[in-house]
Amino acid sequence: MSTSIHLSLGQVAASLALVALAAAISFWRRTDLERDIVVAAVRSFVQLTAIGYAIKLIFEADTIWLVLALLSVMVVFGAFTARSRATKVPGAFWPLLVGLTIAAATTLGLVVALGIFDPTPRYLVPVGGMVIGNAMTASAVALNRLGDEVSDSRAAIEATLALGATAREAAEPFVRRALRSGTIALVDSTKTTGLIFFPGTMVGMLLAGAAPTDAVRLQLILLYALLGSVAISALVATGLAYRNFFTPAQQLRELGE
Amino acid sequence: MRAVLFELRDVSLTRGERRVLDSVDAEIEPGATAIVGPSGAGKSTLLRLLNRLADPDTGTIAYRGRPLDSYEPLALRREVSLVPQLPALLEGTVESNLAYAAGLAGKQLDAAECLRHAGLAAEFAARDVSRLSVGERQRAMLARSLAQQPGVLLLDEPTSALDSEARDAIEATLRRLRGELDISLVLVTHDPEQARRLTDRVIRLG
Repeated sequence: MSTSIHLSLGQVAASLALVALAAAISFWRRTDLERDIVVAAVRSFVQLTAIGYAIKLIFEADTIWLVLALLSVMVVFGAFTARSRATKVPGAFWPLLVGLTIAAATTLGLVVALGIFDPTPRYLVPVGGMVIGNAMTASAVALNRLGDEVSDSRAAIEATLALGATAREAAEPFVRRALRSGTIALVDSTKTTGLIFFPGTMVGMLLAGAAPTDAVRLQLILLYALLGSVAISALVATGLAYRNFFTPAQQLRELGE
Repeated sequence: MRAVLFELRDVSLTRGERRVLDSVDAEIEPGATAIVGPSGAGKSTLLRLLNRLADPDTGTIAYRGRPLDSYEPLALRREVSLVPQLPALLEGTVESNLAYAAGLAGKQLDAAECLRHAGLAAEFAARDVSRLSVGERQRAMLARSLAQQPGVLLLDEPTSALDSEARDAIEATLRRLRGELDISLVLVTHDPEQARRLTDRVIRLG
């Protein structure tokens, strides 16, 4: 799978024409997104360039500790980012952090243990980044939904608690729906992959000159790994976060308490 | 010594800026008691304190002579059952709701008997809760609480969402319950006439 492709900064700059087009459409149709589009383009350039150099350093150092350090930073930032989408969930950071950590550790541990990838920076860094990114999105969606469900269904939850059900039993239908909504986007996109869109890894490998069969196999491995990591992170995050809505005496906390 | 079901001493509760309950002292005896008062007087909140869906900020509440917080909350709620103002049944049939409640309390379910006590025909057992009218849901909520065979029923405005015909039916049901079952009722209502019709004693808030 050793392929290489060399792109100049000039080629990257030329692709900014598409960003300009997006900004022009926003200006023309008054969607008020021009500023965000420019910020997104600049941030992606700075962040990807920085991570590119960081990855280069890690590849050259070739030590597992630097890989673990980078993945840990990603997990912490991922939990912070996801928390901003889960504002209705009290104390959402820790469930997210634990969910992302377990998802990343389990997924990467399994792909190495099953002999799919070697435990080297070249594999662990990109795969870890994808796993953590997707797990972050899924657990953010799941906790966002959980917050909405619980605040919309306080009467139903209290009615179940009033029967002497535990917090876990009272929250169960809402946790289930939250878990489902966190996972379903990736399940649906996995179903349609290859029909409606080409996933990024496959496109990247084809552009870099890899054989289509190699590109497809790598993409399948990643899709399956992502399904696992997304389910694990959403399960752990919702399974921990729902507890924060309740007191030790199995009472539903007041909003903002 | 006079038997007291609930004894409240200097009970206060604040939510945000609002003093919902302010130094409430009250004794609730076995039988039927109404809690009356204007909107916002803290009637529903007081009811929620009695089965520990919430705790007061200060003051003490005792149930049958023991501090409320010395009871295991889940066991207490099966013994002191709250029927909330808004019907909130679980998805599924009326019978599955009754079975859930009976299962939590570890009781054998006689669905037809619970439905009869709540004034519903036995055929309602198989009915999906989404197909019930508001009045029928209120009664299904009552039947669900009865499935736990509680010692005390806390009823929060049980007829507030109903027309006069459905209200009369629920009131008849509650009167019959008192006659047929050894159960105490604590009824929150904004209607003093209803309190007089259904209960022996009245506690006034606000």
